[in-house]
Amino acid sequence: MKSKRKNKKKAGPELTRQEQFVRQHRRHHHEISSWRTILFVFFLILWEFSAYRKWIDSFFFSSPSRVARCFVEQLKNNALLSHIGITLFETLFSFLLVLLFSLLVSTLLWYSRKLSEILEPYLVVLNSLPKSALAPLFIVWLGTGTKTIIVAGISVAIFGSIISFYTGFQQVDAEKITLIYTLGGSRRDAFFRVVLPGSIPILLSTAKVNIGLALVGVIIGEFLAARRGLGYLIIYGSQVFQLDMVITSIIILCLIALGLYKSIQYIEHRIKIQFKM
Amino acid sequence: MPDLWDISMQNILELKNIGYSYHSLHGETRALKNISFGVREGEFIAIVGPSGCGKSTLLSIIAGLLEPEEGTILVNNPDGSLHYPKIGYMLQRDHLFEWRSVYRNVILGLELNHCVTKERLEAVERLLTDYGLDKFRDKRPSELSGGMKQRAALIRTLALEPQLLLLDEPFSALDYQTRLFVSADICRLIRAAGKTMIIITHDLSEAISLADRIIVLSGRPAVVKNEVSVHLTLADASPLAARNAPEFQQYFNMLWEDLTHEK
Repeated sequence: MKSKRKNKKKAGPELTRQEQFVRQHRRHHHEISSWRTILFVFFLILWEFSAYRKWIDSFFFSSPSRVARCFVEQLKNNALLSHIGITLFETLFSFLLVLLFSLLVSTLLWYSRKLSEILEPYLVVLNSLPKSALAPLFIVWLGTGTKTIIVAGISVAIFGSIISFYTGFQQVDAEKITLIYTLGGSRRDAFFRVVLPGSIPILLSTAKVNIGLALVGVIIGEFLAARRGLGYLIIYGSQVFQLDMVITSIIILCLIALGLYKSIQYIEHRIKIQFKM
Repeated sequence: MPDLWDISMQNILELKNIGYSYHSLHGETRALKNISFGVREGEFIAIVGPSGCGKSTLLSIIAGLLEPEEGTILVNNPDGSLHYPKIGYMLQRDHLFEWRSVYRNVILGLELNHCVTKERLEAVERLLTDYGLDKFRDKRPSELSGGMKQRAALIRTLALEPQLLLLDEPFSALDYQTRLFVSADICRLIRAAGKTMIIITHDLSEAISLADRIIVLSGRPAVVKNEVSVHLTLADASPLAARNAPEFQQYFNMLWEDLTHEK
């Protein structure tokens, strides 16, 4: 046994177990990100090549070069940036309202068990309801415009968010709440000292889901009731058979979704450092 | 008359015929029946009983977290006042909050009672120094050892200057070795602070080594089955040494009999 170990040490460069571990860990991550890039580039090449060889009709399926051209053209006439800006603004605004409103409602539900029991079936039904079914109603009620779109964005995320927050609040260790009472605290203290700080991880993970859902809602809204925004651009593009425009918008949406997710993840990371979680 | 007066003068707290039941749609479960005993100032009382017999319920009633369904709790402070003694309650686990530093955990009770005064903070400082937690004040609870966490939890309880400490199997989450050490440690500190203590435990050795008096409860519904005053010849010794006292085994056997022979 002993001699074997010695041999191993001699064979490679002098690495401690820890260094070996770190090296292996880095190699793993490197490998993963390389494969991601390769997959992406391969897809682009395949797409471009198929269009070039006329395996697919680039009028319907577009191609990376056509998307790039479309992107630059749209940038030039300044329309694209304002479309992106509108969609981003609407998404962030609905997201913030969803956070605020669901935090408020789930807090009320936590305070009053009776209220939560009364509202439970309504929340479940509203959460499972396909929210796109509501969009035509919003248009009739609120007209076409930013208001409708933000309401659509909120409607998609809000009920799930309330349910997740409330479930998170309930999962807090009951003995920790008893501790607050034994120290002479009130139910209010229990909420602000235990329930809320103890639920931060769930609040953050729910927020990550919500920002995506808000984007979904906003795009649904823009499909039906907008003159601006990426959703509008997609619908408009498909109606005038400018599929380059549609696909460009979809790709931009992918990037926006990624960016929003990453920024929430960053905020989550900062908060976790703050609370040393 | 003077006799009666004397007896009640000795007790800071007297439980009289306490009864409690849990209710559900399936029916009523009697947890406690006719529980009566007194608590003298500075006394250490251990409550032992089969698991699930309602020991924690009894402690919650004494702490005022639950209303007893029957019976009363009489209060008689040494200074003659009639206010309920201030109670500190230590739960089974330390429940230090990970999102607060050790120091901010320790002053949680003061914050909740809006009494973060200079004197109280100074008292907390003294406890932190005495208990060797001073260096760890800015650490997170997870960075402390099991014994340190219990000490921090004890400071959190003592910061509110309770007269009576209730401990609900406070060491049961610790491994055996740590538990022996920590229970001895914590009880020594509580004795040094001159507090009265009621501790629930299912560990007979722990009860004998820590307490002045042991109250044995029966299975459900719990009644007081026996009251044993503990006199070990190693007076004033540490709880660890108490386990070697000649009487230890006798007490152990007596309690064991009480617990295993129902009725």
